[in-house]
Amino acid sequence: MTTVERDNELSSTVGKPLLDGADDVKFSVRKLAVHYAELQAVHDVNLDIGQRQVTALIGPSGCGKSTFLRCLNRMNDIIASCVVQGEVHLDQKDIYAPQVDVVALRARVGMVFQKPNPFPKSIYDNIAYGPRLHGQADSPSALDELVETSLRRAGLWAEVKDLLHRPATSLSGGQQQRLCIARTIAIQPEVILMDEPCSALDPIATARIEALIGELKCDYTIVIVTHSMQQASRVSDRTAYFHLGRLLEVNATDKIFMAPEHPGTEDYITGRIG
Amino acid sequence: MTDPRHLARRYRRARLLRWCCLAAVVFALSCVMLLLFDITRKGIGGFSVQRLSLSVRFDPELLGLEGLEPRPEDLQFADFPALLSASLAALIPGAGGDGSQWTALLDDNADFLLYERLLADPRLLGTEVGFELPLSGWAERYLDEAGSKQYATLVEAELLSTLDWLVEQGLVHLRFNDTFFSAGDSRSPSSAGIHSALLGSLYTLLVCFLLSFPVGVATAIYFEEFAPSNRWITLLEININNLAAVPSIIFGLLGLAVVINFFGLPRSVPLVGGIVLALMTLPTIIIASRSAIRAVPPSVREAALALGASRMEVIGHHVVPLALPGMLTGAIIGMAQALGETAPLLLIGMVAFVVSPPTGLMDPAAVLPVQIFLWADSPERGFIELTSAAIMVLLAFLGVMNIGAVLLRRRFERRW
Ligand SMILES: Nc1ncnc2c1ncn2[C@@H]1O[C@H](COP(=O)(O)OP(=O)(O)OP(=O)(O)O)[C@@H](O)[C@H]1O
Ligand SMILES: [Mg+2]
Repeated sequence: MTTVERDNELSSTVGKPLLDGADDVKFSVRKLAVHYAELQAVHDVNLDIGQRQVTALIGPSGCGKSTFLRCLNRMNDIIASCVVQGEVHLDQKDIYAPQVDVVALRARVGMVFQKPNPFPKSIYDNIAYGPRLHGQADSPSALDELVETSLRRAGLWAEVKDLLHRPATSLSGGQQQRLCIARTIAIQPEVILMDEPCSALDPIATARIEALIGELKCDYTIVIVTHSMQQASRVSDRTAYFHLGRLLEVNATDKIFMAPEHPGTEDYITGRIG
Repeated sequence: MTDPRHLARRYRRARLLRWCCLAAVVFALSCVMLLLFDITRKGIGGFSVQRLSLSVRFDPELLGLEGLEPRPEDLQFADFPALLSASLAALIPGAGGDGSQWTALLDDNADFLLYERLLADPRLLGTEVGFELPLSGWAERYLDEAGSKQYATLVEAELLSTLDWLVEQGLVHLRFNDTFFSAGDSRSPSSAGIHSALLGSLYTLLVCFLLSFPVGVATAIYFEEFAPSNRWITLLEININNLAAVPSIIFGLLGLAVVINFFGLPRSVPLVGGIVLALMTLPTIIIASRSAIRAVPPSVREAALALGASRMEVIGHHVVPLALPGMLTGAIIGMAQALGETAPLLLIGMVAFVVSPPTGLMDPAAVLPVQIFLWADSPERGFIELTSAAIMVLLAFLGVMNIGAVLLRRRFERRW
């Protein structure tokens, strides 16, 4: 199938779901459909996700954003009733191909969840768990260093450097979420998926995490689900609007917020639905 | 607007409910206290024993061992009752005859204690040795009940006055009953102990735990983490839950039919007892472990999976450590049941009269509840005391087990 033919098929999505230069495409998703038993949660999604960019997914509740996001690191595999059809390519390789190792995939595509979910262990062990698992630090001192750099990058080091062996659950919600981000970047993934990372946080903690996302996008590809239009417009380069399991519009963020093409998008971002 | 009268009625109802709950607690507690009090009252005597200080000269002439370098076989035929009588006659003044009338003061197997001592050290022949010999059952009760003359009709007056005289002389001492903890079962209450039964229980529970805990936990992990959801698995789950309600004697029958008759393991040994009790304990552990695993927050699983942990790693690093306290609670409940279980053990022959303590898993043994059952069935008065004393030991064993479990659980829960 040629690109032209493909583009013609994408009748349901307006804007610019596909990117031109193949080099900066990290994920390319084609004809993705997801079913939970009888219920179809995602319909025919075609989308490219650019490398070292922040892509925001917005849309009303229950429209399939989380479901789509979880397809990108195959977290849907653990839900028995969930069936994924279509293609998801990461660096031109199909991640749903039979020979793909899910464990290795998830080490490349990290995930931060809506509710901070630190392990019930110490702060240090939370960060060190991933690197230990993947054998990324060959000496205790290297591990210490890795923990420190991860916490520094997540902007948490100053606050916890003296409490590394305290339980992670004793941190505040915002600190816990930054810890989860630090934990994710400790294994040096290529992509970070974030599912409403700030929904449980106050404005100050949210601002810190947004600043962090701005720094991280130099090195990582980030896909973020958010309910906050302001957040999407502040942090993202491209925005994708989902509605009832369909991808209605994708465009550069400024474009989508200034001049949405799809009437549904306009209704949503101006607060008329959702 | 709330009607104040209506509010008052609601408060009254709440108060009534509270009183009902309190009454239930008081009732349950007083039942337990009554039971404990009764057992303690009856059993406390079992831990102490009245002993008579008696010095005995191992006289070769009296024993009929003159001029012999005694061999163990010779000692068997030596006349220890005569030696005992003579020693008593020497102690008690004004006695006519050979003193054999006084042996009624002492326990039946007092002469056996003399024999054992000489057997252990034949060089004592011809020398004088101090003994503390247990008094007979009636004498002990006579002293316990503060000199009541209830026994006067049954026992000769002369014996009673002699006993009084011995006490006056300070020759009778109340001692800790070490026999109770060091001896196995016996036909005579004064030389019966719970050593074999205690060891038997320990070995049996050890086998039971080592079998049922790993198997139970592994089964629970399979059901919670790996089992596909189909009709067979559901059937299996229902059956396991029902197994928890199967009368324990059925497990005994199973043990008899399979472990003993089919696999040919010997009867009455802790290994078989442990296997049977493990079968009985398994459903409890499986059910408790499954709910403990289910209680592990899914967010922890997701976090680990998203970091690239494999399924087994998630289970090994996160699920099992977090579920362990709950699993241990289940195991302890199961083990406590197993400790008190009698019926299935009767069927596999753990009712044997076991004198010597078991030295391993393949030695015939009794267990505490079976020992209690056997003693409660014995007509001798001394066994009433021992029965209650053994119940106290069983309860103490249970207490220690529970405390151990609580400490262990604390230790694991401290990992937040
Ligand atoms: N584990 C599941 N099993 C069955 N159905 C599910 C499951 N998860 C989601 N769904 C269904 O799939 C649809 C999409 O859900 P999804 O969680 O992707 O929505 P969302 O866009 O993330 O919503 P929100 O903004 O509220 O998080 C919903 O209708 C939901 O009911
Ligand atoms: Mg969601």
